[in-house]
Amino acid sequence: MSPAGTALPHAPGFIANDTPRIVTSRFEYEDSYTLERYLATGGYEGIRAALGRPPAEVHGEVRDATVLGRGGAGFPAGVKWGFMPPNVWPRYLVVNGDESEPGTYKDRLLMERDPHQLIEGCLIACYAVGLSRCFLYIRGEMALAQERVAKALNDAYAAGYVGRNVLGSGFSVDIVLHWGAGAYVVGEETALIESLEGNRGMPRLKPPYFPAAIGLYGKPTIVNNVETLANLPWILNNGAAAYKAIGTETSPGTRMVAVSGHVERPGVYEIINGTTTFRDLLYNDEYCGGIRGGRALKAFVPGGGSAPWFTPDQLDLPFEGSQIGPQGSMLGSGAVMVMDETTDIPKAALSLTRFYAHESCGKCVPCREGGTWLERILSRVVDGNGTRRDLDLLLEVGASICPGDFPHASNERLGLSASPFPYQMTTICFVGPSAFAPVHSALTLFPEEFEARVRDDDPSDDASTDRPKGVPVELKGLTHGG
Amino acid sequence: MSRLNAGNEMLAREIIARYPLPKSALIPLLHLAQEQDGHITNDAMEHLAELVGVTPAEVLGTCSFYEMFKLAPTGRYLVNICGTMSCQLLGADELLHHAEHVLGVAVGGTTDDGRFTLEKAECQAACTEAPCLQVNYRHEYRVTPSDFDRLVADLRSGARDIPEHGTLSRVRQHIPANRSVGAVPPQQVTGPPEWLPTEEAK
Amino acid sequence: MADQPTDAPPALTITVNGASVRCAPGELLIAAAERAGTYIPRFCHHERMKPVGMCRMCLVDVDSGRGPALQPSCMVTVAEGMVVDTESPRAKRAQEGILEMLLVNHPLDCPVCDKGGECPLQDQTVAFGPGESRFVEEKRHYEKPIAISDLVYLDRERCILCDRCTRFAKDVAGDPLIHFIARGNETQVNTFPDHPFASYFSGNTVQICPVGALTAEPYRFTARPWDLAEVESTSTVDTTGARVVLQSSRDRLVRVLGLDSEATNWGWLSDKERFAYEASAGPTRLVEPLRREDDEFVPARWSAASSFAAEAIKDKRVGVLGGARLTVEAQFAWSAMLEQLATSVIADTQLADGLPAQLVLGLPRATIARACAPGGVVVHIGADLKEELPTLFLRLRHAIQNDGVSLIELTPGATSLSPMSAASIHPVPGALAQAARDAVSGTGGAAYEIASRLLASGRPVTVIGGRGNLAEDASFAAEAISTIVGEVDNVRFLPALRRGNVHGALELGFTPGFGPGGVRESTGNQADAVGILEAAANGAIDTLILLGADPLGDVPDADLAQHALAGVANLIAVDLFMTDSCRYANIVLPAAGYGEVDGSFLNLEGRLSPVAAKVTPPGQARSDWMIAVDVAMSAGVDLGFDSLDECRMALSGAVGTFAPVDWSGLARAEDGQLLDLTRDWVPDLVPAVVAPPLDGYGLRLVVDRTLWDLGTMVQESPSLAGLANDAVLSVSREDFERLGVAPGSEVTVTSSTGTHRMAVQSSDTLPRGAARLPFRHAGFDARRLLAAGEAVIEIRVSAN
Repeated sequence: MSPAGTALPHAPGFIANDTPRIVTSRFEYEDSYTLERYLATGGYEGIRAALGRPPAEVHGEVRDATVLGRGGAGFPAGVKWGFMPPNVWPRYLVVNGDESEPGTYKDRLLMERDPHQLIEGCLIACYAVGLSRCFLYIRGEMALAQERVAKALNDAYAAGYVGRNVLGSGFSVDIVLHWGAGAYVVGEETALIESLEGNRGMPRLKPPYFPAAIGLYGKPTIVNNVETLANLPWILNNGAAAYKAIGTETSPGTRMVAVSGHVERPGVYEIINGTTTFRDLLYNDEYCGGIRGGRALKAFVPGGGSAPWFTPDQLDLPFEGSQIGPQGSMLGSGAVMVMDETTDIPKAALSLTRFYAHESCGKCVPCREGGTWLERILSRVVDGNGTRRDLDLLLEVGASICPGDFPHASNERLGLSASPFPYQMTTICFVGPSAFAPVHSALTLFPEEFEARVRDDDPSDDASTDRPKGVPVELKGLTHGG
Repeated sequence: MSRLNAGNEMLAREIIARYPLPKSALIPLLHLAQEQDGHITNDAMEHLAELVGVTPAEVLGTCSFYEMFKLAPTGRYLVNICGTMSCQLLGADELLHHAEHVLGVAVGGTTDDGRFTLEKAECQAACTEAPCLQVNYRHEYRVTPSDFDRLVADLRSGARDIPEHGTLSRVRQHIPANRSVGAVPPQQVTGPPEWLPTEEAK
Repeated sequence: MADQPTDAPPALTITVNGASVRCAPGELLIAAAERAGTYIPRFCHHERMKPVGMCRMCLVDVDSGRGPALQPSCMVTVAEGMVVDTESPRAKRAQEGILEMLLVNHPLDCPVCDKGGECPLQDQTVAFGPGESRFVEEKRHYEKPIAISDLVYLDRERCILCDRCTRFAKDVAGDPLIHFIARGNETQVNTFPDHPFASYFSGNTVQICPVGALTAEPYRFTARPWDLAEVESTSTVDTTGARVVLQSSRDRLVRVLGLDSEATNWGWLSDKERFAYEASAGPTRLVEPLRREDDEFVPARWSAASSFAAEAIKDKRVGVLGGARLTVEAQFAWSAMLEQLATSVIADTQLADGLPAQLVLGLPRATIARACAPGGVVVHIGADLKEELPTLFLRLRHAIQNDGVSLIELTPGATSLSPMSAASIHPVPGALAQAARDAVSGTGGAAYEIASRLLASGRPVTVIGGRGNLAEDASFAAEAISTIVGEVDNVRFLPALRRGNVHGALELGFTPGFGPGGVRESTGNQADAVGILEAAANGAIDTLILLGADPLGDVPDADLAQHALAGVANLIAVDLFMTDSCRYANIVLPAAGYGEVDGSFLNLEGRLSPVAAKVTPPGQARSDWMIAVDVAMSAGVDLGFDSLDECRMALSGAVGTFAPVDWSGLARAEDGQLLDLTRDWVPDLVPAVVAPPLDGYGLRLVVDRTLWDLGTMVQESPSLAGLANDAVLSVSREDFERLGVAPGSEVTVTSSTGTHRMAVQSSDTLPRGAARLPFRHAGFDARRLLAAGEAVIEIRVSAN
């Protein structure tokens, strides 16, 4: 093992540390993505162990380990599997490798550096829930990951680990490599399924909240994140108890976290779940080693671009979902973006709002129209063309996407107390609210930066504010058949 | 302006056979068409519509949803400079301005020699390596202006080996016939997989 | 309608704005609330389509026990104890916000928009919306309306992307030719380049568009909603009897909308049902009686014309063709008049292109609802329903896709429903009757086995039967239908005849072997259309009356028709237009048309529904029933009625089928009145004639109809006239490849009628050994290949 703080150039961004390494153990090796290396380092022993046990027992092992989903929602994988209705066939597993949440960088590393570990995770999951068709959906803009996984699958098929009669056990499963074509929203699991059906990647209506009952082709479907599945070989080799011995009861094991932005050593770290705090991660030498140039921390996004922001007040919170929610944000996909004291806050917020506006699928009105509208108002403000009224308008448009209190962190300086996660929303999925989250965080936590940016409104504009509302009419819409 | 050539059509049929329903193959097939022609032509979309049994309008509906599918020719190298938060915090805007200056095109433009198309892109899942960019969806990390100049020079000279726009993975998945479980339309599946012990198939 | 309460007692209770509402399980909240008087605003929701929850306008506060939360009421099914607040501050705030955002990119061109005045977006903005826009940026811009088909224009700037039209195109019509294109804020609806939205159902998208984004060519800029007067009526375009609303402005029909009738069309219309009103509103109508003088027609006064007709009928041997255009009342009046005046009457409403009347009248009749009820089996014998009875096609398609109805097809080629059929059997011409027997017994391959199993399953079976091939003797279809109905339990029949009120005409005895009321008669009227034409040609009758019939265009044996029209002593034509057949007439009487007469219509189920007058007939044109009364009066006979009501009373008194009709309630009954067509006789099995053995060299001809053809109704409607293609001979891919010619090349076709040249193309819908030509198209008249009396038509095709 490389000493803590060592960067591994063949795994760009990954930085070794002293914590137990569950999913990144092979990153040390330059050839970690080959079947030879995988087999030499205990590869495919997890599925071998699993095949010696009844599927239900394997499922039980994973459920006991409480592997929290690593895609963003943090739902326990074993419980999710259990939502499959009994005796409805066929069933499908779809692997979500569409990593694209701003700030997130881990699934791509796992696919590029250790594709066999992911394949083995898929095999275990397929065996445990009793299905024989798995689709491994990799983000389109990841040519290298596609190459590595394709090669690994070809080798694994040839060597008898995937396909008909795996390891002579009778267990048979096809893993089909599928890849996307550039749409963030496809990371949402129902949109992923739509995309896999060859459709526009637009999220389906909820309920059902999980595709476990009605998923791909309307059939029971499990969607699991790459990192989630990458944990399974270790769990089958070492047991749920060993997994639960790491981290906390409610957030066991390790998780991968990418820290980007204004830190001394941005990188991807495998950290202990549940106990590691943001302060540990940002300041310890084992991890990021502090804010760049010794500057002061201004704010950080704790869980990917969708997450409401934290300020130094929240540094001592651990990576434990049950503690983050009440404090007004979420852990999301393991992505921390750090802003130091020099950061232009409105501009930083704009970079995220623009992202979500751009990535709106266009299905529902508040996201399609509201996201772009937010982006335009914020652009105007950032460019110095905004007025005081625009700041109110930002919150008003946001309230049309997320009515009621929007989650935010407490802040001693501003005398703010926390408003808990999540939010109410008028949209189908979280993309619309995500366009508003950075606007709301930035405006709430750093109002002065916006105040300084805008000019006063022209009083002559006020003439129209008290215009009467229209007269109600009979609301029957079309005369006939409408 | 072409339909899939004979070889690619065979490949397309092989890909379609992996899915329980043919339309599922649409995105991989669009990639195949883009690999063949560098962008997606109307003829290709009509051909794919025939292959998967949908209307051309449905193919266009899917195709136009995804940003990687280009309905007009692009440069040999598509240069995507990330502008989302982590990169923005570490100089993405400056890198983009530099790129516009060096390539002599504005965002969205293609150089006169047809080599480079410059785009401003959204998050590329390399946030710790900001600012980053992609050339034909292959990453370049922590790119400084001088790194960019060298990259452009290497691509022009051929010193950098990056496949032309349209090609993603240089390795194709191949499922050997004797190992394949095979795809069955979902409505034809009425029971659990054969290997599943009966007491499990509840 | 899945989300509406059924006859079963409501099983649960919810609270809407404080009031208890009893609901059926599975009912959508938006529907339950509306039923209880609370209209929740909506744009994307349409009660006949799957909810998509896209517009978010119908968000309301719903508390299912875990506290109130905003939910789209079009997606939420009611649950016991659910508490709903549609007017909570949060719901109001959400709705206002949605409306504001919908208007962000919506142009302010209401003053020039066709939808203005009947626009849900406009109405809801006035009711709920903010008084001003806070959106100061440039709106989205697109080229103003683009023609997405010959009939429909799309203005993408006005579009609010509710998915109604695209959902209709894909889910209801099965023509996904319009689609969402691009993504996010740039999403638009459009077609694929050079692939227009050429759907038979395109007009429905205009009707269900909640804004003015989709407009129909015939209606654009013709009227304002507040100038329109309207009446509910029934479409007489085909036998489905779709319910419609006729709208007029300044005494001209300007628009037809589909009315949501649970029994028939569910609000949908084919473009023919929607736009063929243009024909009666057009400038080519007959506006005065015409009398032939030598080779010229000269105007005549009605009194003179009636007298002429009376003379030609009174104490004469009379033949009648047609009658399907007439209302039931007019059919009765004509039949009563003829019976009283003429020495003898032979009449046929089918023009040698239908089915034996005894099957249509005598087999136990099904309803559309029965055919489409969940869990049933439908056997379709005939041509593509999409071409023949498009609205019935939509109902059946929905039933197969959503309600588990299994379809067995016995059709000459693949149809629009083949991809979703359980068994799709395509016997070559001459093999249909045998194929039906095989489908019952399960011999002949997988499709037959599946069919046999379904037919024996005990599930309710409905046979939808028509005449799929005009080049195959009617006895083949007749035997096939008789076989299935005779051999299967729990079976009923839905006749797929095509022409207007043909069922009314059959019921009133315009068919050989039957008097009014489906009473069998072994004397008197025993000649079918061919027999009538022969009688006219050889002098066996004195007078031939064309009651809206155009035998020159419609009868397969065109030569016979020509001889008959030229040869008969007296020819009386009653029509809306000067058809080719009318030109032979001695006297032409101008009739009032669609939208100009009150009366009633009997559809293929035996459902009587009202047709209504909305506009004044042009010139001196008058209702058919009045013409009959006038002719009788001229002959000195009083039929006993001179108003519609009196006519109806007389009808109820004279014809048993109509005795129970509640005439005064007819106009109010949304789904009309289903008549009891039970007979006291059982139809005979009609054995198929014997087809010659296949010779292995020739092809057997299929001649069938398409929705757009050279028929009068289509050709007199300016917007539709150009939609009929030229006839091209289709052959199977294998047979085409054997020819070794390029698609569209001219080939030589030899039949017993001689040698012909025509264009040929390859088709994936035909079995080997069959060739298809559409009936009544330009390019090549398929009738030139038909020879009277042949069981099937053999042709030889050669490349040169």
